Amino acid sequence: MGTYDVIVVGAGHAGCEAALAAARMKKHTLLLTISPESIAMMPCNPSIGGTGKGQLVKEIDALGGEMGCNIDKTFIQFRMLNASKGPAVWSPRAQADKQRYHEEMKYTLERQENLDLKQGEVVDLMFEDVVSNNSLDGSCVRRIAGVLLKSGSVYRSNAVILATGTYLNGLVHVSDRAWSSGPSGMTPSIELAENLERAGIHLRRFKTGTPARVLAGSLDYSIMDEQKGDEPPLPFSYMNDTVGENKTSCWLTWTNEHAHEIVAANIEKTAPYGGYTTGVGPRYCLSIEDKVSRFPDRKRHQLFLEPEGLSTEEVYVQGMSTSLPEEIQERFYRSIEGLENAKISRYAYSIEYDCIDPLSLTGSLAYKGIAGLFFAGQINGSSGYEEAAAQGLVAGINAALHVDQKPPWSPDRSQSYIGVLVDDLVTKGTNEPYRIMTSRAEFRLVLRQDNADLRLTEIGYGFGLATAERYERFMKNKRETDAEILRLNETYVSAEEAAAFLAVLGAGSVSGRISLAELLRRPEVTHENLSVVDPARPAISKYAETQSEIEIKYEGYIAKQKKQIENFRKLENKRIPCDLDYTAIRGLRNESVQKLGDIRPDSVGQASRISGVSPADINVLLVYLTKLDYERKRA
Amino acid sequence: MNETIAAVSTAYGEGGIGIIRISGELSGEILDKLFRPYTGKTAHESRDRCKAPCDDEDLRPDKKLCFGHIADPVTEEMIDEVLAVFMHAPHTYTGEDVAEIQCHGSVVSLRKILSAVLGLGATAAPPGEFTKRAFLNGRIDLAQADAVIDVVQAKTDRGFESAVGQLSGSLSEQIRTIRSFLSDALAEMVVNLDYPDEDPDSDAQRIADASIRSALTEAKTLVKKLIESAQTGRMIRDGIRVVIAGKPNVGKSSLLNALLRESRAIVSEIPGTTRDSIEEYINVRGIPVRLTDTAGIRNAKDALEEQGVERSRAALDASDLVAFVVDGSVPLTGEDRQIAAEICGKPAVVLINKCDLPLRADTSVLVSLLQHAELISLSAVTGEGISDLEDYLVKSVYGGSIRQSESLLITNVRHLDALERTFAGIESAENMLHDGMALDFIEVTIREAYDGLGEITGDTVSDDILDKVFSRFCVGK
Repeated sequence: MGTYDVIVVGAGHAGCEAALAAARMKKHTLLLTISPESIAMMPCNPSIGGTGKGQLVKEIDALGGEMGCNIDKTFIQFRMLNASKGPAVWSPRAQADKQRYHEEMKYTLERQENLDLKQGEVVDLMFEDVVSNNSLDGSCVRRIAGVLLKSGSVYRSNAVILATGTYLNGLVHVSDRAWSSGPSGMTPSIELAENLERAGIHLRRFKTGTPARVLAGSLDYSIMDEQKGDEPPLPFSYMNDTVGENKTSCWLTWTNEHAHEIVAANIEKTAPYGGYTTGVGPRYCLSIEDKVSRFPDRKRHQLFLEPEGLSTEEVYVQGMSTSLPEEIQERFYRSIEGLENAKISRYAYSIEYDCIDPLSLTGSLAYKGIAGLFFAGQINGSSGYEEAAAQGLVAGINAALHVDQKPPWSPDRSQSYIGVLVDDLVTKGTNEPYRIMTSRAEFRLVLRQDNADLRLTEIGYGFGLATAERYERFMKNKRETDAEILRLNETYVSAEEAAAFLAVLGAGSVSGRISLAELLRRPEVTHENLSVVDPARPAISKYAETQSEIEIKYEGYIAKQKKQIENFRKLENKRIPCDLDYTAIRGLRNESVQKLGDIRPDSVGQASRISGVSPADINVLLVYLTKLDYERKRA
Repeated sequence: MNETIAAVSTAYGEGGIGIIRISGELSGEILDKLFRPYTGKTAHESRDRCKAPCDDEDLRPDKKLCFGHIADPVTEEMIDEVLAVFMHAPHTYTGEDVAEIQCHGSVVSLRKILSAVLGLGATAAPPGEFTKRAFLNGRIDLAQADAVIDVVQAKTDRGFESAVGQLSGSLSEQIRTIRSFLSDALAEMVVNLDYPDEDPDSDAQRIADASIRSALTEAKTLVKKLIESAQTGRMIRDGIRVVIAGKPNVGKSSLLNALLRESRAIVSEIPGTTRDSIEEYINVRGIPVRLTDTAGIRNAKDALEEQGVERSRAALDASDLVAFVVDGSVPLTGEDRQIAAEICGKPAVVLINKCDLPLRADTSVLVSLLQHAELISLSAVTGEGISDLEDYLVKSVYGGSIRQSESLLITNVRHLDALERTFAGIESAENMLHDGMALDFIEVTIREAYDGLGEITGDTVSDDILDKVFSRFCVGK
């Protein structure tokens, strides 16, 4: 049927970013989806962002991805989470109008140059053996050649990205019943799973779940706490200075002991407790049966009711996923205050699906052993729309680089949450659906949601992914921020003036004239209230204001962290040859030989993060590499 | 880095014996090219027959110490008679092939042999390179490597014991305990970052705060104990620094000599003869004592004397204890009082010298000037009272305000530095916690301390740290 530079299988959050990235990098790209109605579908929570996740979305945007723009167009409520904590963990989150989110993404894909969007179910991959480029003995490598559709059509390509989400061998559980299904009743992808196993790609089972949806008109919001959006809502995308209005609120209510009794009494009827499912679920996103059984002391659990859009009555019952039988679900949900008369439009279910072990991937999300095959999203063992989108972007970029025979790009964990996510997956692996968290990033003081463009836009622009317009905006922001930081450092206030200003704030005294930057470092002073002693300040963007305030206020800590990053990079820069024979290294423990050989880290830094590899092993490895280096130089 | 290295491993200067150590792949080959084994029973008999490198296996210094001479590889001229041994990797100090040549300890002979070795392809070893290789080859761990230098430099038995303790890893163990407290604190900190919608009426946050605080307190206590041990540790390794002060001609140099029981400082009746600070180590019941004799602190009459006085002041500032000597046989002068005023506030002991003569000095004046100082009467000439002084020195290290930790002593500057930074880090983290500062900043501070401690044990892997450790060694170690 045709030949493409890049083929992307699946049009969920990973697939969309992957296809757009490849196409924007001028690769003739095909995006295949089982059903165009499910493009960028949000089968679980109706929101984008959150702790760690919000940072991912900002980074995707900074590189030139789509998720940030798409949520800015379709959000109905915005909040900055963790606002009471430090700037490193401020995390933007927006409620999305699910339908609009899907439509906007689909529309963007349809209009994208170099991109063909087609309906079709991939049932098999095609491979070919070719003589390896860097092999002297004529040894062969397997590479991807194309995909076969259920219809019998064949599309050829030397770069294929699999982003099958929860469709792959999807199995929905409600109590003791189970049936093959994709998310939200979509058609699952069964044959492809069988054929991947046949091709030697090992699959395993993960599981996730979603709560019921109830109709807004049947809820009693009057007895719940209303949670309004922040005013003004802030954009996710660096391309937007402002975004529209908050259009809805969320509501907070609580479970109670009676509700817990219903769950406890029927816990054997749920899929996992009744032994009807074997998939591994996420620990941080507990079903109500898990919450009740693991925290028997808690008398109540909070839950948010989140509207799913403006053109629907459906409301998402956050935190209350379950696989109880539907009639018990009715009793359980209705036992919650404010939900007494709730009309359930969709029942909760859990879904089991096939995924690969991400340890079989490189830092560019390429599958080791099959050239040109990439994996992104939930198939890699992650969970969440943002995690999927981030991987899609990485895979899309790398598929395009692969086509151009350019070196791959592995995002750096000291530079982005995307790097943390990918490095964690491919280095540490995961035994449960992986969710990004701010705590997973050791350099989070530098990886803030406010400076993703400073960290990544240059890289995205280099790939031809970020547009010239985006690059210009970034440069302008950077110039403006730099100028403001310089000005604040070089503008002085007299001792009297400063003393009067600080007295009003109750913020101590000064001994002599003082720079605006020095004043800004005091906890009580903000860029905004500093205007009292800084009447001649130039008008600057909100961006430069926030950025200069954070950079000056926390200068010492940020400098410390940058020093830590420098140390980190030293080991990252010690490369390990990809053909290193670990069994030849005397002094390495057997467990380490095994793990290092399986994972084949790119650098000593990556090797040091593999679980079970000790610092002593790393020392041994360093020695060996130094020796190797020396021998190579002598040869 | 795998070049073959060579260096003189014994102390420079004249000595009975000098050792040149060669490590690396070429060491056997180099030794073969230079060493001419003697075949007969005596050197004299066989010397003529050894013109060329020997190919008789029995005579090669392979895993055994062999007698012979080192010949200039070009002229075949004998450089020196030596004992030589070749040891096979990996069972050597460095884990590589090692050759050692023991020659006469003259500077000339050492230099000639070394340059011949270097001429055959070895490179001069930078300081610590042998031990660095031992570490890199997995022969020793990093804290052990650090302790090596202390064993080598240990000046007393007590210092040696402490250094040996570190070699066996007791420091590493203690540091790892401290790190585990810090990592508990770090874990508590990150947990609540990711749950912003945490149930507002839960006391998870308060519990977290309390456990962060208690983990920090535990860590701080242990760090403090180690730091406190450093002072004793330094004294045990470097010696307690005692400055002998007093106006000219009260018998400072005689006292020094009495302690040394040999005449080093110039003793003279002319006031101001001892112009330089003279430093000597003595061993007082296993404790090294570094004695510094000073030129009298007085108004200098000439430039030379002025320099001496300056140095004396500097020595005073750096001392652990001032031994203030007065002449008990004559009344105290204004100068004595001036010096007493000068050292007031420093740990001091007053030595009333010349107790073999009638006491004429009014010591009550000194008691009022130096309230915390003990008074000891002695005679540098007869030796009377010297043992009282020795008792006092021992007591001041092990008793009094200078406490010794039960087992572990920090004797290494790099370790102490890391511990002090850790202590400061924990303290500032506690303050930040108290001030309600955001946890992300506190965490950076604790992580820094955590990584710093890991550098001591090698749990924080970095290349820099290797260089830092090994550059402390002398050449040839």
